[in-house]
Amino acid sequence: MTANALPSRNALFSRNALLSRNALRAALPAVTLLLLLGTIFWIQPRAMTPFGINLMLNLAVPIVLATMAQLFVMTVNDLDLSIGGFVGLSACIGATWLNQTPLLGVAALAACILAYAGLGALIHLRRLPSIVVTLGMSFVWLGLAVILLPTPGGAAPGWLKSLMAFKPPYLPFPILASIVIALLVHVGLMRTSYGAILRGFGGNPQAMRRSGWSSLRATMTMYALAGLFGVLSGLALLGISTSADANIALRYTLLSIAGAILGGCEFTGGRVSPVGAVLGALTLALAGSALTFLRISPDWQVGAQGAILIAVLALRAFVVRKED
Amino acid sequence: MTLSALLPTRKPWFWSFAAAFAAWGMLVLFLQGRGADEAVTASLAFAAFFVIVGLGQMMVITLGPGNIDLSIPATITLAAVVAMRVMGGEDANIPLGVLAALGCGVAVGLFNNVLIHLLRMPPIIATLSASFLIQSAAISYGRGLQVRPPQALQDFATARLYGVPVNAVCAVLLAAVVGVVLARTVYGRSVLAVGQNPRAAWLAGVRVGLVRSATYVLCAVFAALCGVLLAGFSGGASLDMGQEYLLASIAVVVIGGCSVAGGRANVPGIWGASLFLFLLVSMLNSMGLGAGFRLVLTGLIIIAVITLAGGEPAQR
Repeated sequence: MTANALPSRNALFSRNALLSRNALRAALPAVTLLLLLGTIFWIQPRAMTPFGINLMLNLAVPIVLATMAQLFVMTVNDLDLSIGGFVGLSACIGATWLNQTPLLGVAALAACILAYAGLGALIHLRRLPSIVVTLGMSFVWLGLAVILLPTPGGAAPGWLKSLMAFKPPYLPFPILASIVIALLVHVGLMRTSYGAILRGFGGNPQAMRRSGWSSLRATMTMYALAGLFGVLSGLALLGISTSADANIALRYTLLSIAGAILGGCEFTGGRVSPVGAVLGALTLALAGSALTFLRISPDWQVGAQGAILIAVLALRAFVVRKED
Repeated sequence: MTLSALLPTRKPWFWSFAAAFAAWGMLVLFLQGRGADEAVTASLAFAAFFVIVGLGQMMVITLGPGNIDLSIPATITLAAVVAMRVMGGEDANIPLGVLAALGCGVAVGLFNNVLIHLLRMPPIIATLSASFLIQSAAISYGRGLQVRPPQALQDFATARLYGVPVNAVCAVLLAAVVGVVLARTVYGRSVLAVGQNPRAAWLAGVRVGLVRSATYVLCAVFAALCGVLLAGFSGGASLDMGQEYLLASIAVVVIGGCSVAGGRANVPGIWGASLFLFLLVSMLNSMGLGAGFRLVLTGLIIIAVITLAGGEPAQR
C-alpha cells in the first residue's frame, strides 16, 4: 500500500513543482515589463500619464504585430528573416497604391499575403532551410519597395491616420491595441482545436501527418498568417509615421525575433506564447525610451535591447534549469 | 556519353562553380567581351572577403542543427574600428592593430560561448543579442573616427601578385588550411563528428563542448580578420561595413553545397559560391537595372539556386 502511495505522491509533488516552474516561466515576460516600467516611472514620475505612456509606446503597435508574424512562423519551427523588409513593402504599398487607387492597393496587399503562403509551400515541399530562403526574400521585398517608392515619401490614407491617432477613454491606444492583438492570437492559436493542430506540427510533425493532417496546409496557413500580420504591421507603422520609406522597418526582423524569444517562445517544438510575445515586444519598444530617461547615449540603444535579452534569458535559464 | 559522365555533377561543389561560371559568362556577354579578365580579377578580390567569413560560418553550421553565427557583421565592424584606432594611420602600429582586432575576435567568440553554454541560450539568439552589444560598442568606440588605414596596410590589401589580388591569395591559403584541418586533424574530424551525431561523438570520446567553443571562437576570429582586410581594402572603417556579410556568409555556405543540417563541410564550394555571389551582383549592375530590380533579382536568383541545388533529404 505504502509502496503504491509513495510514487503517486512523488508524481503529484513533481507535477506541482513543474507547474510552479511553468508559472514562473510564464510570469517572467510580465515581470520584466513591469520592472522596466517601474524603473522609468521611478526616474521620471512625469512619464506616468496617459500622454507619457502614449509617447513612450508610440511605435509599439507595429512592433507587436511584426512579433506576432514572427511567432506564427516560429510555431512551425521556422524563422523569418524577411519580415522587416516585408513590413516596409506593406507600408510603401499603403502609402502609394492604397492611397491613390484603393482597389489596386488591396489587391497588392492580398498578393503579398499569398506570396507568403507560397513561400511556406516552397520551404516545406523542397525542405529548404527557412533562414536562407527568407534572407533571400528580404532582398526581394526591399527591392520591390524601392521600385515602388524610390525616395521616402507617399502619404498614408486618411482613415489609417485617424485610426492610429484614435484616443480611447481610460487606456492609451497602444496598450488597448496590444491587449486586443494578444487576446485574438491567444484564442486563435492556443484555444481552438485547429490552433492546437498547428502547434502540433511544431512539436511532432510526423505524428500529426500520421494522424491525417496535411502538414503542407498547416505550413501555408502559418506563413499566410505571418504575411497578414506583416501587412497589418506595415499599415500600422504607416498610420503613425504618415509617410513611408523602403528601409523604414528593416530592424523589425531582429526585433520581432527578440520579442518572441523574450516572451517565452522557443525555436523548436511549437512552444509559443502569444501573450508573452506581446509583452516581450512592448518591453523592447520601451527599452529605447528607458535609455533616454536614464541619460544613456543613444549609441547604446541597440546594445540595451541585447542586454535585456541576455538578462531575461539568463533569468529563465536559472528558473527552469531543472526542467530538462 | 552523357553530361553527367563528363562533368563531376555529383560533387557538392560543382553547382556553385557552374553557377559562378554562368554568371561570368552573362557578365562578359553584357560587357560585349570587354573587360572579361578584369571581371575575373575583381571578383577574386571581392570574393576573398566572402570566403574568409564563409569559412568561419561553414565551421559553425557544420556543428549541427541550430548552430549559426549571426554576430559576424557586428564583429567585422568592431574589429575594423578597433584596428583603425590602434593603428592610428601609422605603419609601425600595423602588427599591434592586427593583434588587437584578432583579440576582439577571440573576445567575441568567448562571449558567444558564455551565452551559449553558461546561459544555455540557443546559438541564434545568443549570437543575435551579442551582435546588438557588439554593434553598440563599435558605434560608441568608432564615433567620430576618421582615421585612414596605414599606407602599408592599404598597399597590402590592394596589391597584386602576378596579377592575382593578394587578398585572394590569402583567402585561398586560408581555405586550404581549413580544408586540411577538417580532413586531417583531430579537431576537424571532431567538428564533423559532432555535426553528424553529437551523442555518438561524445560516446566516442570527443569533447563536444570544447569543440563547439573552439569553433565559435574560430568563426569570430575569421570575421575579425575580414574586418581588418576590408578596412585596408576600402580605405577605412565604416559603421555599416559588415552589413552585407550576414546574408553572404550564410548564402555561400548553403550554395556551396554544405549541409545545413550539419556534419558535411565543403571548402571548394565556399569559393565557388563566393565568386558566384559577386559575379551575380556585377552582372546585374552591368545590365544597367535600377537598384530595386537588382535587389529583387539577387534575392530571386539566390533562392532559385538553393532550390535547384536541392533541399535536405533529412528532416530539418
